[in-house]
Amino acid sequence: MSLIAAVTPTTTWYLVLGAVLFGIGAVGVLVRRNPLVMFMCIELMLNAVNLSFVALAKRLGDIGGQTTVFFVMVVAAAEVVVGLGIIVSIMRRRPGATADDIAELKG
Amino acid sequence: MVQYPSIDWLAIAPLIVLLGGTLLVLVTGSLTKVWPRGLYAVSTAVLSAAALVVEMVLWNRVGHEGPVSIINDALAIDRFTLFVWIGVTIATGLVSLSTSEYLRREQLEGPETYTMYVCAAIGAMIMAASNDMVVLFLGLETLSIALYVLAASHRRRVDSQESGLKYFVLGGFASAFFLYGIALVYGAVGTTNIARSGQLLSQQVFVKGDDALLLAGVALLMVGLAFKVAAVPFHFWTPDVYQGAPTPSTSFMASVGKFAAFAAMLRVLTTALGPRADDWRPVVWVLAIASVVVGSILAIVQSDVKRMLAYSSIGHAGFILIGVEAAGHAGDQDGIPSSLLYLLLYSVLVIGTFTVVSLVTRSGDRASDIGSFRGLGKERPLLALAMTVFLLAQAGMPVTSGFIAKFSVIKAAADNESYAVAIVAMVASVVSAFLYLRIMISMWMSDAESGDEAREKVTVPWTAGVVVLASVVFTLVAGVFPGWLIDATRDALVVVR
Repeated sequence: MSLIAAVTPTTTWYLVLGAVLFGIGAVGVLVRRNPLVMFMCIELMLNAVNLSFVALAKRLGDIGGQTTVFFVMVVAAAEVVVGLGIIVSIMRRRPGATADDIAELKG
Repeated sequence: MVQYPSIDWLAIAPLIVLLGGTLLVLVTGSLTKVWPRGLYAVSTAVLSAAALVVEMVLWNRVGHEGPVSIINDALAIDRFTLFVWIGVTIATGLVSLSTSEYLRREQLEGPETYTMYVCAAIGAMIMAASNDMVVLFLGLETLSIALYVLAASHRRRVDSQESGLKYFVLGGFASAFFLYGIALVYGAVGTTNIARSGQLLSQQVFVKGDDALLLAGVALLMVGLAFKVAAVPFHFWTPDVYQGAPTPSTSFMASVGKFAAFAAMLRVLTTALGPRADDWRPVVWVLAIASVVVGSILAIVQSDVKRMLAYSSIGHAGFILIGVEAAGHAGDQDGIPSSLLYLLLYSVLVIGTFTVVSLVTRSGDRASDIGSFRGLGKERPLLALAMTVFLLAQAGMPVTSGFIAKFSVIKAAADNESYAVAIVAMVASVVSAFLYLRIMISMWMSDAESGDEAREKVTVPWTAGVVVLASVVFTLVAGVFPGWLIDATRDALVVVR
């Protein structure tokens, strides 16, 4: 108990956590085959970046990094709209399709 | 009391004209019945022309008063920005005209596609003008999201949907890397402003090992940008997306998309990270050589013309990267002008080429294999002649704009003693000529095969005809009298710093 209380988290902890989350998201995009899950992994990557932005802004004592997070959240929301639109229009045509099934284009 | 930044309305007038105009077209277009033939396209082209006029006024103003940084240093209005704006606006107008009859043929008529073009163009213009990495990211996403929709916009073709999904997943993936790069550079430098980062980095002395955050950030930024410009090894999406997307959308991606991505790359690398050029220049060197080699060689083994042109666009991206690499040498005056010149000349060429392709693919936009060009020389000699001019220009034939473009980047590389890049580029240029010859042989010299008579005839509507004619004229004029364009690109060297 006293050991845990003695440790105070520093900015580096948050940066490392951000990097780990970003890595999990990146690996997820590469290994998962469900378009929706791939899409969620991209959102995870963006939010990992948000965490890094906030941590760095705290360290620099600068408000700019924190406001950036709002822009990123809006952009992510806009991406959701378009991405889900594309996924829904594919799923309507071929229910249950995975990324491996959607492979008409190659050469 | 909140202090609002003062806004220089004239400087952002091109963006306002485009946005306001296209919203007007969208709203009136969706409230009224289908407009007469070609009117959506013509109104979008008129909009582009109006924006072009304002950009010319601004070009003069910047010439007299010098570059300015506006809206709290968020946007930089200099001749670099304006050159890209002019290029993007012209490309938007041309692509809109070439889309008109395509949409009619595919029964997709409506104002939406044109609105997407203009929204994407606005994103591209913000990217080129951005003086802040966060604004750059917003511009990038505005462009990209519109491009995802355009790629998937052919609702009845599975290929189009698939290319939209692939572009979306991989594009979002690359954007995340780019954003992470921004975050780390922000952490190392303390600001996201591009000009100020450049100033800070030129003063700051990093002790060895202290700049790990900055170097990691630069690496991630390079990944994101290399993906957007489709440089090898981040090119995997290009052939699939170019093949599957509706052909006019492909020409928009290859022209405006590339223009914006390279403008952003040039500004970030030379202005913000200019003092650290020795760190990023080797990366660009590798990307450039890999792109010209892989682009030229893989293009040859394709059988689908849209895929061929996708690989050839990767090769062209490699050529432009040679100019970017040259811009990383200390005291260089040729890198940025030669890259901008290449971008403008290539944009017009690629729009002309894809306009011809979109006519030849016939109804359904499916027949894009090389066999569908068979006999075009007999059926439509003028169209085949125009295509020949475009292909020769892309191969770098003298008297065409393609020669001027390739010459200027290779000269920039040679002046900076990057002889290895220059030699590889020249060899790759010869190899890629084979690909363009293949299409020409198919058009002019292949014998007709059984079943050819049953094919749908290739028709040339006037809107597409105007685009092809304008592109041919520009290709030849810029090839014979390039002086004025080269002077304009030299003016682009004076940027906000």
